Amino acid sequence: MPATKPRVRFPEQAAAGEIIEIKALITHVMETGNRKDAEGQPIPRNIIHTFTAHYDGDLIFTAELGSGISANPFLSFFFRVPGPGELWVSWKDDEGGETVERYPLNVV
Amino acid sequence: MNARSILTPPKPARDRLVDRREVLAGAGVLAFVISGARGARAETGAGRAAVIADPPPLVPTAQFQDAFQKIVGSGTPIEGRLVLELPEDAENGNIVPYKISAESPMTEADHIQRIHLLSTQNPQASVATFHLTTLSGKAAVSGRMRLAKTQEVVAVAVTSDNALLVARQVVAVGIGGCGVD
Repeated sequence: MPATKPRVRFPEQAAAGEIIEIKALITHVMETGNRKDAEGQPIPRNIIHTFTAHYDGDLIFTAELGSGISANPFLSFFFRVPGPGELWVSWKDDEGGETVERYPLNVV
Repeated sequence: MNARSILTPPKPARDRLVDRREVLAGAGVLAFVISGARGARAETGAGRAAVIADPPPLVPTAQFQDAFQKIVGSGTPIEGRLVLELPEDAENGNIVPYKISAESPMTEADHIQRIHLLSTQNPQASVATFHLTTLSGKAAVSGRMRLAKTQEVVAVAVTSDNALLVARQVVAVGIGGCGVD
């Protein structure tokens, strides 16, 4: 099952130099690879293994995730806003899926 | 290798567990006692009371010990500067909120490079690795993790001058996560 419904929250406006919290949530099964199906066959692992956040091409934050992260992974992290720009967030899973979202920031 | 020596100095670990013994006994979660305790119980014949009076350490998995050793190498992790927040009791091991933070100016000269989140009892010891940058502004990250059973969770941070910061928290788990029985 691919990742769906990415939701990213951050303040509606921020001043240059301000540190803001960014919260990112996505719907994903985060199948651990530890479980077996009804026939006793192992269910292959399918997790979001990498989350990244960039701002105008510069890396802010990376999370390498393992199967010990809950389904529908939620992450909160911080960002010192350098000025006007665009936030890019990306989730990559074991099935090769990548979800990318872009958000302009309202910098006052 | 002595499992306790790399993970936790014996005294603090024991203090933490002793502090929690009434809670643990009350919750009826003593089922997690490990082989050392079973041995002690058999020898003394004192049963449950003896176990409660002197709770055993939670022996970390070999995978945890390997992962921890790889991160720490020959360095000595510093206690106290890294803060790991988790509930002491997690009813549902599938969704356990965690928060990891450290005081840091997050400048080029002085910042937290990365933070490792490790489980001592899950099937996979490495839960997450967070890479921070000077754009992070603040060394804090939070999310939700799975815990297969009652255990100690360990966070290790690496600073820009390669100092190691460590924090630990024992979490009593009701229903285990991770999709294992």
